[in-house]
Amino acid sequence: MTDDAISRAQGPGAGGPAPAGGAMASARAIGGTVFRFILRQREVSVAVIAVALIVYFQSSNNVFLSIPNLQTLGQYIAATAIIAAGEVMLLICGEIDLSVGNVYALAPFIMYLATLNGFPLVVGIIFGLAVSAGVGLINGLVTVYLKVPSFITTLGTLFILNGITLEISGAFPAITPETTPKATQFAQFMGHGAYAEIIWAVIIIAIMQIILNYTRWGLHTVAAGGNPLGASEVGVNVNRIKIVNFMLTSLFGGLAGTLEAFRITSIDPLAGGTDIMFAAVAGAVIGGTALLGGSGTVVGALLGVLVISILKDGFTILGVNAFEFDLILGAAILVAMIFNVRLQLLRKAGRQ
Amino acid sequence: MTDGIGQTTGAPADKRATPAASTDPDALRISHIAKRFGAVIALRDVNLHVGQGEILGLIGDNGAGKSTLIKIMTGFQPPDAGTITVNGQEVRLRSVEYARSLGIETVYQDLALVNELSVYHNLFLKRELTYAPLPFLNNRAMRKKARESLDAMGINIPSVDVEVAKLSGGQRQAIAIARAISSNAQILLLDEPLAAMGAKEGALILDLIRRLKGTGVSVIMIGHNYAQVLEVCDRVCLLQQGKITLDKPVAGDMLTELNEIVMREYRTAATQH
Repeated sequence: MTDDAISRAQGPGAGGPAPAGGAMASARAIGGTVFRFILRQREVSVAVIAVALIVYFQSSNNVFLSIPNLQTLGQYIAATAIIAAGEVMLLICGEIDLSVGNVYALAPFIMYLATLNGFPLVVGIIFGLAVSAGVGLINGLVTVYLKVPSFITTLGTLFILNGITLEISGAFPAITPETTPKATQFAQFMGHGAYAEIIWAVIIIAIMQIILNYTRWGLHTVAAGGNPLGASEVGVNVNRIKIVNFMLTSLFGGLAGTLEAFRITSIDPLAGGTDIMFAAVAGAVIGGTALLGGSGTVVGALLGVLVISILKDGFTILGVNAFEFDLILGAAILVAMIFNVRLQLLRKAGRQ
Repeated sequence: MTDGIGQTTGAPADKRATPAASTDPDALRISHIAKRFGAVIALRDVNLHVGQGEILGLIGDNGAGKSTLIKIMTGFQPPDAGTITVNGQEVRLRSVEYARSLGIETVYQDLALVNELSVYHNLFLKRELTYAPLPFLNNRAMRKKARESLDAMGINIPSVDVEVAKLSGGQRQAIAIARAISSNAQILLLDEPLAAMGAKEGALILDLIRRLKGTGVSVIMIGHNYAQVLEVCDRVCLLQQGKITLDKPVAGDMLTELNEIVMREYRTAATQH
């Protein structure tokens, strides 16, 4: 029985006697295996969409895959992907953070004010990130202990943070320290360098994917979202998981905002906001994260953000009218998602 | 896949301390337990015991006080009066964690399994093996041990890698029981383990419970399907309106007897209206 079980374990879906057919049958079998592989990995279907879009835009205008445009694309992606890496963890454990785009705007101002008051830049950055994590702590505590749904909690902090940023900045942009007239090496490292931000994004995403897949924290995050009651019955501290993931999301929001401030050399009180937050959430969802918790991947979110960014960048290159831009972007997101959901249904059917 | 729980009986793995011989006190004994909620008397003077390695069936109608009794035995709620002894020692079950530390594990109807996780991650949830001192999960070891302990209990799951969501109700129940056992349960409370399960699936779970007997684990099986309870239990207690009204070893014609008692209860209830 054990052998039987193992053989079944090794070949899921491959069950059933292999008919001794001709070349046709075996070709079909190989095709089927490839198809099944594509279906099994939920990231793969998003990657397929991304590749299809790249092919389309490149064939429409061969500037698309040029180095300068890839740099632009990288800049589109980096900040949003960093936020998405946190947001995915939060979505998986059954919560959401709408305020993260406003932490993004606040953190670099905290840094700026700290340097104005004579603190070294590094200390300023740390202040900014600490305030970001603090916002996440508040989001988490209110959600978990005061039992306010996170959608509402973070909607509240979204406005509060926006108000604070406008208040302390006087609604005027500021110049990022150490970036003008010539960026220091530290500023290069903190996002000003041509590839600095995307390297930060890739490293963060790799680390978060490893945490999600290969640590107890990741496992408990899935458990907290999949079956909160069951997980706590076994002794998983669901509240702690949620609070720390709120802090992580906010921290990444602050970091993304800081990196972006160094990249564009100025700090804008109206930067980020709901635009970047929704892009991150949409990226996560397009990448296969369930809005109701229990499943998702960080790499999937990166691919989702990639799809959105390719659409944005590709339409810009094609010279799509700004008025039509949102219309087409929205429709494209819908079409991509409908396609993805169909693929998921197929995948589910294939597993049974 | 309906052969979820195989016929490999064999000696179950004996990792737990086998109870010493004859003079053993009862695994769990509750005496004169009472509990009321406002004007409602849920339990009045309940006496119940389960011996070492014994399978006790606790049956009763809805509203008889079964769930209150379970909550008290798992440390979820304190009784208003009465005493509880575990292995002869009087204890106060002040929390679920404390009850668990005494070896009292409950497998609830709602199943504490996480559908999105694999079988082996569910079996090891909160007790994960890692490559200490590194914080990474040792999935290989967990997979192997999960396979071993499921095999030892004769639970046949095609693959321990499969998501729990993909399993049948019976297989999930079996995994929930396996998890309780492998976390060193001495006294296992099964709350309606066959609820919402087909006859064939139910038979597999009954088979699993029967096999637990050889391991020294004491089981209290709560149910309202008498036939199923009688099928595996050594002794049966009937809970009626907050009192144990029958406490008998399972013997020949018990099904008829129980049916008559319950029919009588219905008739009295009907005449009181």
